[in-house]
Amino acid sequence: MTSKMRWQAILVILVIGFSIWRASYTVRYLSLDDAAKARMAPEQVAALERNSLKLGLDLRGGMHLVLEVDKEGLPPDEAADAVDRALEVIRNRIDQFNVAEPSIQRQGDNRIIVQLPGLQDEERAKSLIGRTALLEFVPVASAEQVDLVFRAIDRALADTMAARGEAGVLPDPTDPGYQAARLALEHPFSSRARYIESLPFFAESIVPWAQQQLARLNVEALLPRDPENPLLPRVRLAWSEQTRVLDDGNTYRPLYVLMRDPLMTGSVVSTVEVRPGLDENNPNAPGISLRLSREGGRTFAQYTGQHIGDHLAIVLDGRVQSAPVIKDRIPAGTPASITGGFTDAEARDLAIVLRAGKLPAPMTIEEERSVGPSLGRDSVEKGVRALVIGFFAVVAFMLIFYKGSGLVAVGALVSNLFVLVAIMSVLPVDPKPALTLPGLAGIILTIGMAVDANVLIFERIKEELRNQKTIRAAIRDGYERAFLTILDANVTTLIAAAVLWKFGTGPVRGFAVTLALGIIASMFTAIVATRIVFETITVTRNVRRLSI
Amino acid sequence: MNLFVNTNFNFMGARKIAFGASIVLIVVGLISILGHRGLKLGVDFSGGVLLQVRSEQKIPTQEMRRVLGGMGLADAEIQQFGDEGEAIIRVRQERASPTLAADIVEALNAHDPQNRTELRRQELVGPKVGAELRTTATIAVIVALIGMLIYIWIRFEFMFGLGGVAALAHDVVITLGLLSLTNREITLQIVAALLTIVGYSINDTIVVYDRIRENRKKMYGKSLVDIVNRSVNETLSRTINTSLTTLLVLIALYFLGGEVIRDFAFALMIGIIVGTYSSVYIATPLVVDWQLAQDARRRSRLKAAATRA
Repeated sequence: MTSKMRWQAILVILVIGFSIWRASYTVRYLSLDDAAKARMAPEQVAALERNSLKLGLDLRGGMHLVLEVDKEGLPPDEAADAVDRALEVIRNRIDQFNVAEPSIQRQGDNRIIVQLPGLQDEERAKSLIGRTALLEFVPVASAEQVDLVFRAIDRALADTMAARGEAGVLPDPTDPGYQAARLALEHPFSSRARYIESLPFFAESIVPWAQQQLARLNVEALLPRDPENPLLPRVRLAWSEQTRVLDDGNTYRPLYVLMRDPLMTGSVVSTVEVRPGLDENNPNAPGISLRLSREGGRTFAQYTGQHIGDHLAIVLDGRVQSAPVIKDRIPAGTPASITGGFTDAEARDLAIVLRAGKLPAPMTIEEERSVGPSLGRDSVEKGVRALVIGFFAVVAFMLIFYKGSGLVAVGALVSNLFVLVAIMSVLPVDPKPALTLPGLAGIILTIGMAVDANVLIFERIKEELRNQKTIRAAIRDGYERAFLTILDANVTTLIAAAVLWKFGTGPVRGFAVTLALGIIASMFTAIVATRIVFETITVTRNVRRLSI
Repeated sequence: MNLFVNTNFNFMGARKIAFGASIVLIVVGLISILGHRGLKLGVDFSGGVLLQVRSEQKIPTQEMRRVLGGMGLADAEIQQFGDEGEAIIRVRQERASPTLAADIVEALNAHDPQNRTELRRQELVGPKVGAELRTTATIAVIVALIGMLIYIWIRFEFMFGLGGVAALAHDVVITLGLLSLTNREITLQIVAALLTIVGYSINDTIVVYDRIRENRKKMYGKSLVDIVNRSVNETLSRTINTSLTTLLVLIALYFLGGEVIRDFAFALMIGIIVGTYSSVYIATPLVVDWQLAQDARRRSRLKAAATRA
């Protein structure tokens, strides 16, 4: 054995030994079930997890969100850093949500990727992340103003409905339903509401209809220009977050007419707390107590002093949270409160978003992928089963076709898997490559393709043997001639993997990583490692016939 | 065990038949892709929502459709597998809302409270992202093909590069055609499979090319057809054996890997088979025919020059 071979042998043993040791963390970690984890010390579990292969969201369960920041309508200076500010706000919100290893990254010009592994309640997380959290204190329009607004809506709506042929036909005046029909025809909007203390309530079942009509009319553009109501102030309409069950057993939602301009916004809030006992009607329900800044307190005191008996609405993201009546002048320093039938979790989430501040711009969910933990577990189980069966099929194949040499190739294949898992668990890049479901498929495919190098070499050796070469010469020439072919063949697969990495996202990238690493690992185990085994055997023993 | 030792198949002699077969496959595939059936784009590319739900007991498709119909989702697509109560529901983009998944699960549970249904997977892709992914996937496949062309050009000759890439395009089109015929969805995973096929098929082709390059020196003076035939025969064992080991694991993956990965494994199986075939019958014969055509041109030019002189 040459000294070059000796050094190679030492290198191979070190690499494979190290890989087996590193991969053992992953094997131990993945074979733990929840009960076993519970019995172990948390630091021990954490150490195992840190040192083992990271599982992608599709295998461990979790949520992947791509959000787009809507910069339209922002002044240029705010638009420039809107995404960075949004990133910060989301990070603050998620920090309080208690998810292990969240990942929040910026992507391109206006997108943010949020990954929450092991998440159970997707809906809650989505509403927590996506809420703009624009908090406003807005004066409510007076009863007379509400009346003006509704009459304007009725007129505009009756016109458009008539123009579109959607309006009904009046029955004969003697018909008992005549009055009702006429009301519905002339007041198509307000006649559908029920009024309680002059506040209009719409049944939940017709809220979508009402929203559609209001959007169609573009009320906010319509009202200030209404010629019959020159004195109509600038107002806007806002639905209540709360619903109420009225005496007919149906659920109703109030529609508020609010002043266009808020008295003040959430920027005057200095601290936010969840506290019970803020709602006199429901003392046990949690509410949110907002302490205002000095300036905010002054504005609040002044306004409440002048508007006793009026309503002041607390509006979050365009929805009215509550609209209490001002009973007294509220002196500076008194906290404001938001109440109204929250559950504990809702109140907590609301406090989180208020504390973390408002998003600089609204966001839309462009992409969402979530996998439940049970499916992730199933995928791992099925994937591992496919891996084991596929592995044994390949082992049987190699032993039948290449006998003793096949055994060497199988040894290389096993080492290859260890090296692959070890590289993936120690690769010093951030984020660490995670094993995804396609990645697992990539490993399974690697098993089939990894023996390719050995098949090529063995076929070459067989040829050389048929050409009457000695065993040692056949092995040497077989390896040397096959090497360039293997390199060429693998480089092209690496090109495909690189393209997948560049253009792929999420799980597909996971596949590219395992495919590329699998090829590199197989070059090492199938060419370098097996050759050492062959050379060692043929040098130390007097082999007359090669089992191949 | 040796199955293909010292074989002497006349691969090149059969190339016209192979070209014909390939053209038929490609045409049938293209008719299916471009015709009324089209490529069925998954939510990754078309945008929309996909949910995978599992109920304790299987909910009959009719019943599920009724529940979805009640939510205004009569056009949702329902696909059930096994008796395990597992189902995939696809909803088109226009019907998507942020709470759609939760609403559907709630409706199914309200319909039969005894039979708990849980959400196992959700994929929501907005129309903008879907369009972007479509473009990216197409670019990815093209970039991969160009990358292969350049590499083979550098390592071999331009003609070989063209032959190899033509074979790859052949593999991609046939695989897509079969996916369209079997009405399987094109998802990001399928694109990953296509790129893997591209990498795998060229891998096979290069082994043959490599042997041709070697034999050209060894068999100096022999005709190109003979050289190619010999090279393909010599590498036949390896070609078949590697494809078989890869197919073995893909079969395991197809049957045991679970629903989520099944189409991916299917595409790869088709690709490996077509890819193996194309490296023998398309990539190499194309180079041979080009070479022969070039030689014929050169000869006629020489002849013309000779008569003039």
